[in-house]
Amino acid sequence: MSGLDFEIQLLAVVVSVACALPGVFLVLRRMALLSDAISHSILLGIVLAFFWVQDLNSPILILAAAATGLLMVAMVEALHATRRVKEDAAIALVFPALFSLAVLLISRYAGNVHLDVDAVLLGEIAFAPFRRLEVAGHDLGPRSLWTMGGILALNLLFMLAFYKELKVSTFDAGLAAAMGFSPVLIQYAFMGLVSVTAVGAFDAVGSILVVALMIAPPASARLLTDRLPLMIGLSALLAAISAISGFWIARGLDASIAGSMATAAGLVFLLSMLLAPDRGVVASLLRRRRQKVSFARLMLTIHLLNHENSPAAPEENRLGHLSVHLRWSPEFARQVADRAERDGLLDRGEGDRLHLTPLGREAARHFMAR
Amino acid sequence: MLEALQVFLFDYTFRTVALGAAALGAVAGALGCFAVLRRQSLLGDAIAHAALPGIGLAFLLTGSRATPVLVLGAALAGWIGTLAVMGIVRGARLPEDTALGIVLSVFFGFGLVILTFVQRLPLASQAGLETFLWGQAATLMAADVQMIIIVGAGALALLALFWKEFKVLSFDGAFAASLGMPVRRVEFLLTSLLVVAIVLGLQTVGVVLMSALVVAPAAAARQWVDSLGLMVLLAAALGALAGVVGVGFSSAGSGIPTGPVIVLVASAIVGISLLAAPGRGLLAELVRQRRVGRRIRADAVLADLYALAMQHEDRRYGHPVATLRTMRHGEVGIERSLETLAEQGWARELKPGSWGLTPEGEKRARTRFLDQDAEHP
Repeated sequence: MSGLDFEIQLLAVVVSVACALPGVFLVLRRMALLSDAISHSILLGIVLAFFWVQDLNSPILILAAAATGLLMVAMVEALHATRRVKEDAAIALVFPALFSLAVLLISRYAGNVHLDVDAVLLGEIAFAPFRRLEVAGHDLGPRSLWTMGGILALNLLFMLAFYKELKVSTFDAGLAAAMGFSPVLIQYAFMGLVSVTAVGAFDAVGSILVVALMIAPPASARLLTDRLPLMIGLSALLAAISAISGFWIARGLDASIAGSMATAAGLVFLLSMLLAPDRGVVASLLRRRRQKVSFARLMLTIHLLNHENSPAAPEENRLGHLSVHLRWSPEFARQVADRAERDGLLDRGEGDRLHLTPLGREAARHFMAR
Repeated sequence: MLEALQVFLFDYTFRTVALGAAALGAVAGALGCFAVLRRQSLLGDAIAHAALPGIGLAFLLTGSRATPVLVLGAALAGWIGTLAVMGIVRGARLPEDTALGIVLSVFFGFGLVILTFVQRLPLASQAGLETFLWGQAATLMAADVQMIIIVGAGALALLALFWKEFKVLSFDGAFAASLGMPVRRVEFLLTSLLVVAIVLGLQTVGVVLMSALVVAPAAAARQWVDSLGLMVLLAAALGALAGVVGVGFSSAGSGIPTGPVIVLVASAIVGISLLAAPGRGLLAELVRQRRVGRRIRADAVLADLYALAMQHEDRRYGHPVATLRTMRHGEVGIERSLETLAEQGWARELKPGSWGLTPEGEKRARTRFLDQDAEHP
């Protein structure tokens, strides 16, 4: 692995983790799509600030971008507050307008500079190592690594300092207000953080893939745990895994790194969705299956108890009769009977007669008494 | 100006492109109404982005860049994206916005991976796929426009055919289910039509911004009318307008992607509608509020005049404006309220600076504030 590859991977991991941290709260606050809206609208701030300072590396660009992100959130809220449009439509109206304006300005007036519309979508993570930060002749590494590292540190600091506020206002806004936290202040501070993060990541992976990095790892982590601190840690871990595997997918296929990172994040989500221990699709299918057999086993003991000692018992309490009486397929009936026998609830008699054991009788009575 | 008009009316290429843009604006506008009413505005965004890998794969698999092939690929991918959103919401029990965000960004990322393959092909024919990102109306051929019109007309015909079902579903899904309507299937059809509307516009408006052309005309039309039928018609008209004007602006300057221009025109239409629509418009609301405010202030002065008249032996005695102002706690605009009362014939300036009730004003005050018609003894 060359130094270049290492630097790209390091940057990819830093960007992904920096995005995943605020992403946790975006997912929990049901504001996932605001990340989409913010990552699009910040372009306008970048473009306008660029026209002003004529320098793509100026920190003013980041500030202006973050300001447009907040402006967009305020515009959506104002539009929604007129009660003329629903919130989802307000989002869908505001950010495309700002984004269109930005793209128009770029293609009209800035087409010849480094800021071009393809970079807006793709980012330039592969070229990032070529832009070095040099201080007094010393090469300190890629410039964007320092920017993104700073943003990651900012995210960490913010979340450590305001963990309680974020947590309470996310899960119980009413309680947060009652405790004296201003929901508006928290909301806007958080949105500012998302905007700053989106600006930094935007440079590396483009405006749309920022959304993948912000939403997919936290959504995957959400499926794996119900505890917030664990979810934050897992999000960061899964983000790093997505970044590194995305890099190697891109390397293997010779394809876009940013696109591959998003694809990898999607695959990680798909795996979590299928295989999560409790909420996963496979786990819930197995659980449903188990519960079905377990319930059917109790139904069988009740059926047997009902007909036990009655004249119909020889006819009713047969394995073959269950498909008539309980409408079970013969195969399912056998499975249930096997399970019940293994649990010591019944014994097989001659022919296909089924007899309750004392334990089975007690289980049926107990179940009916509930 | 005259030259532009000439181009507008007689240039064959421009007419073709404008017709295409108008047709897709109309289809997107009409079908977008249902997306907006069902609070699915952002589903359109997810569908449009999800279509990108479909376009790339369709090209890679068939080697053809004929528009119908690419549009079919886009439709399939957009539709799979929709299913993925539903699958995530139902299967993983995550909120819908998270599901939309994941599908939108991951499909788009995958699409960019596919596009890097396409770009590596040593074919001259691969040029043109990027137009699907930002939209380039200039690439519309007569055959493309024909396809937009035919497929769009088909979608609108289905909309007319299932009008009642779509309407009930959009306003009261539970009621639709209680009528015995196959809600799932109707929903599926409606969403499929939305997919059709979106993919038709991808070549002209682009993957990134197509959803705005679905939402904006509907949101604008909603401000002007209160019935679904009128809203759909108006949204179609506004969508067509945005398409034509956008294409006009974009062909005026070279190298400007059409998508952003059309979206800005559509956004301007929304802005105008929000401000100027009669009834729901913000300006109409402002006028209404001011009128009501004026009436309430005038009523208050009328009540004061009445109270003063009742305490005075001579009911037609004039009371100085200063007194009235003091009774309103020094509020400004007493003169304006008095003028309003005078216009109604309820109060009169008896001598300069002194006002009293007219008999009509007294009657009005009594019916309004004492809730009785009886003459005062």
